[in-house]
Amino acid sequence: MSEREKILGRIREVLKAQAPPPGEALSEPDSIRSRQCLPKVGEPFDEQIVLFAQKLAELKADFQIFNSDTEMKQALVSLRDTAGWKRMARHSGPLTDVLCPVLGIPCLLTDQPYDVHDLEAADAGISECDALVAQTGSVLVTNRSAGGRALSVLPPHHVVLARREQLVADLPAAFELLKQKYGEDFPSMISFISGPSRTGDIERILVLGAHGPKKLTIFVLNTNH
Amino acid sequence: MSTFASQFLQDAGRATDNSDQRRFIRTALGNYEIARDRHKGSFQDWQGARQLAAGIKWEAVNHLDKYLEQFVLKLESRGTKVHWASTGLQARETILQIVRKKKAHSIIKSKAMTSEEIHLNDALEKEGLQVVESDLGEFIVQLRHETPYHIVFPCMHLRRGEISALFQRELGSAPTNDPEELTMIARRVLRKKYITADVGITGANFAIADAGMVSITENEGNARLTAALPKTLITLIGIEKILPRLEDLALFLPMLATMGAGQQLTCYNTLYAGPRQPGESDGPEEWHVVLLDNHRTQLLADTEQRDALHCIRCGACLNVCPIFRNVGGHAYGTTYSGPIGSVITPHLRGLQDWKHLSNASSLCGACTETCPVKIDLHHHLLQNRRNAAQEKPAFLERFAYQIFSLLVTKPALWSLAKKMGRAMQPLHKIIQGTPLDPAKSWTQSRELPRLAPESFKDWWRKRR
Ligand code: SF4
Repeated sequence: MSEREKILGRIREVLKAQAPPPGEALSEPDSIRSRQCLPKVGEPFDEQIVLFAQKLAELKADFQIFNSDTEMKQALVSLRDTAGWKRMARHSGPLTDVLCPVLGIPCLLTDQPYDVHDLEAADAGISECDALVAQTGSVLVTNRSAGGRALSVLPPHHVVLARREQLVADLPAAFELLKQKYGEDFPSMISFISGPSRTGDIERILVLGAHGPKKLTIFVLNTNH
Repeated sequence: MSTFASQFLQDAGRATDNSDQRRFIRTALGNYEIARDRHKGSFQDWQGARQLAAGIKWEAVNHLDKYLEQFVLKLESRGTKVHWASTGLQARETILQIVRKKKAHSIIKSKAMTSEEIHLNDALEKEGLQVVESDLGEFIVQLRHETPYHIVFPCMHLRRGEISALFQRELGSAPTNDPEELTMIARRVLRKKYITADVGITGANFAIADAGMVSITENEGNARLTAALPKTLITLIGIEKILPRLEDLALFLPMLATMGAGQQLTCYNTLYAGPRQPGESDGPEEWHVVLLDNHRTQLLADTEQRDALHCIRCGACLNVCPIFRNVGGHAYGTTYSGPIGSVITPHLRGLQDWKHLSNASSLCGACTETCPVKIDLHHHLLQNRRNAAQEKPAFLERFAYQIFSLLVTKPALWSLAKKMGRAMQPLHKIIQGTPLDPAKSWTQSRELPRLAPESFKDWWRKRR
């Protein structure tokens, strides 16, 4: 008998004896119930984007919203200049392809297999995302939407380019979106990123940039596509 | 008394003597409490969330066979290799075989309490492999050759000065008292390790049955790097980590972060559904998931305490426990400390050896009240006491209770005992706290209350 059969066999054997359930049975679907318990998020876009911005400020991430491509390009350029980026990495996407070439610095594309040393040498990683979550100030990325597993976590500065319609209200909505978008064919990595990498391991004092990016910048394009 | 019990008494005694250290831990936990309460307060219905979470974990644990099969089927369909291990030894062997086959030299690990439970690092190091813990706290305790002090905050017992001295000694870094600089020293050292490691090893917080995914919660990004860069990835999961549906995470992720670290959500909450898929540009070529039983099915058999398998290892019960706060994490001598550790260790490692932990409790119930999945922790401690006494009654205790029940059921004997007690109490002074004293463990640090000169009954009789 395989170990699998042995373990499953033991489980089936002991589960014949019942343990009392905690409280009443669950009749409604859980996502409705969890939404009623979780922190409240308003309906209108304006309310949600304010909440999102407030959460990002708490998380020490940078957030800006722009009314045109041109404005966003300018902001990217000034980001490059203030931080002194020498090289960058990105993936190909509808926003990155249009906006990033303006930076004019050597750029690694992570859509195809790449050398990890090149990515490690990049000063910034620019990616798109699947969604922004107002409730928690999170950016939802997958390796398919954001240039692989490492682009959003290896370079010291992660810049996210997003569109306003990517903002969702809360975590239940983010999971609904994942199920709708990918069906059964999920990407092999899905990550909710909430602020730049951090640690409190030394005397519980917050330090940013433990292993992942020290800086997280989120640019949102406020135009309807 | 078992050697584990006397060791515990000794270590706990030493820890409680150190009032500086206790103050340090109290301050750290005080800050956590403020942040935790703020995020708890932002929930519309925290008690409802606990109820719901308890219900979901009950569903998962009480249909564990079904959900595990579903989880594994999905994982395998995307090319993940799944291994089952009944014991810690089997899990270690499985992992060693993978590592040997890959001819690996170096391993990067992200935090996994299950790997502490099965002493994985020892086994890997004996094979001549270089194993590096990448979580900052774990990295620090590894350099000190210590076990984690706390399941969520592994080095919360250390001050920056101690860490700086450690880094100077072990890494040759310059002295500094700045937590930021200390973190950057570790970051620089570990960066190289990720890139050169042959194998990555992670733990997991949740195993999602319907989607066939593993969920990992962290703040630093070390688990993300561990799961992105090495060619081979191994994930070790206890079989109880199951959640039925992907959307259950919408509730569990913020609850875990709130109770575990006082955050609304930790920095990275990542789901893994397989190794690198066709068309993907990076990620491990091979992913092995090792499912660990190691006495969990034994705990599952105990219907009274089955809910201890609902635990999401948030550490909240440790943080509020007056015993943990005073004796600290190392005195327990177990992988899992605090209330949950005291409940499950007797199941994992033997009731008679570890029953003393059930007495390391004030039964205040703070653990039960705080637990996000509503595990009845302090009653389980009482049940462990009962089970231990039933299985192996202590002769002295039984004798004492027999005498006691004799006295209280015979009024004449009772009043005689009272008279004798009153007459003898002054003599007790002579032997108080000495080895001759039958009540030594109580009286060496405390006064016995003086018996009243006259009993209520006598007083009442005189009044009439
Ligand atoms: S028993 Fe409850 S409070 Fe304690 S670690 Fe587990 S989930 Fe957290």
